[in-house]
This record gives sequence, structure tokens and C-alpha cells, in this order.
Amino acid sequence: MADTYEMTFNVGSRDFSSAGDASRTIKRTLKQLGVDSSIIRRIAIASYEAEMNIAIHSLGGKIDLLIDGDRIFVETEDYGPGIENVDLAMTEGWSTAGHEIREMGFGAGMGLPNMKKCADEFYIESEVPTGTKIKMIFNI
Amino acid sequence: MKLYEIRDILKASILCGEDKLDYEVSLACGCDLMSDVLRFAKENVVLLTGLTNIHVLKTAEMANIECLVFVRDKTPTPDLIQQAEELNMVIMTTELPLYESCGRLYKKGLGDME
Repeated sequence: MADTYEMTFNVGSRDFSSAGDASRTIKRTLKQLGVDSSIIRRIAIASYEAEMNIAIHSLGGKIDLLIDGDRIFVETEDYGPGIENVDLAMTEGWSTAGHEIREMGFGAGMGLPNMKKCADEFYIESEVPTGTKIKMIFNI
Repeated sequence: MKLYEIRDILKASILCGEDKLDYEVSLACGCDLMSDVLRFAKENVVLLTGLTNIHVLKTAEMANIECLVFVRDKTPTPDLIQQAEELNMVIMTTELPLYESCGRLYKKGLGDME
């Protein structure tokens, strides 16, 4: 595997037909690079949750994938409106998603806690109205 | 349980992956909430759902789920079926509702840990 590898994907606000496609590319890329399948599964799920959150809740944003030696970084950044209470947002079952999102099968308030569970290290910072940044680290 | 047994128990029609019915799964997950599938589903499961949007397929791909059963006679779009074929997934559809589909499979031993 190459020592470093980097990719960036834009994620559109409310673009639900494309949402998830960046995570699919990330998963397929990691598979091609020969990363262990159980680690790929954790990364893919965390990345997909993050990507759906950007599409559902934000004004748009991006996902960066960085492979650096024995660690894989998935970092997301959106352009607002930010999360007022991050502690509350980290609580399982808490969500601000509306009916339309729930009908699509999302908005159960499991996304952020699930990302934290999947990643070896999880960091989130959010500012209203600037936006939210998430950094997830996975040890290979 | 082999996928062809699931097909027979649910009297399901195969929409793609006919050549993979010899595959075996050890658990099932019956759910319309993809958030819960991403949080709780194990690998090597069959996912039964009444949702047919493209995020069911994307969720399955992320979670390494290779067999989807659409209940209540729901039929996904040709695009979803084509993408599932490319991913080597098996897709079935049954007239049975979610509760009864899960009940029949559990009764036949799928996911029974005792």
C-alpha cells in the first residue's frame, strides 16, 4: 500500500440521490488498496453516516479521505448552520430530522453516536452558523 | 440458512442473483430504518425491509449485507436491481408483510440462538 493517499469529495445539500456515493467510492478504494474488510466496514459505515448528515442537515460540505501509513483519516466539514448543542446531538435517539428524512429511513438520531462507535478516535467541533467539522481516525 | 430456503419459506420471487442462492446467512434483520441497520446489523445477514429507495442498497453495501428481501410485494426500481447485480447481491420480493416474513424465518431456525 502507498504510504499516503488522499481524496476529497463534495457533498451537496439535500442531494439525496447522490448522497452516499462518496462513501461507496471510499469503500471500493480501500478494498482495492487491500485494507482489512472489517476495518473497511467500520470506515464505510462511519463515512456514510457522516455523508448523509451533511446532505440532510447542512448547507453542503466535503469529505476528505487520507491514508497515512497505518492510520486512515476521514474528515468532514460543512458550511453551516452548525449544531447548537453537540452533547445533545451525540445522544442516541436525538434528532432534528423531519418526516421526509425519516420516510427515507434516516433521522433516527443514531448517526453521530454510530460514527463515534465505528472510529478508533472521534472528534467533533461545531459553531453556529459557521458549520461542523468531524475528524475520525481508524487504525489499520 | 441457504438463500434458496429463504426464498421457499417466504414464497419469494428472485429479482437478481439467481445463481447465488447457495449462499448461506446466519441472521436476519427486519427493519425500515436504515439508521438502525447501520448501527445494529451484523455481517452475513439478510435484510428484510419495506423501503425500496436507493439508500437501502447503499446501506447494504456499506454494511456488507449481500441479500435484500423486499416485503409487502414492494418492487425496487430497475436501476436499484441493476446496481445490486453489479454488486453481486441477491434481491428477492415477497407478498408477506415484514412481521410475518421475520416470524417464518425465525420459526425455521434463522437467528435462533438457543
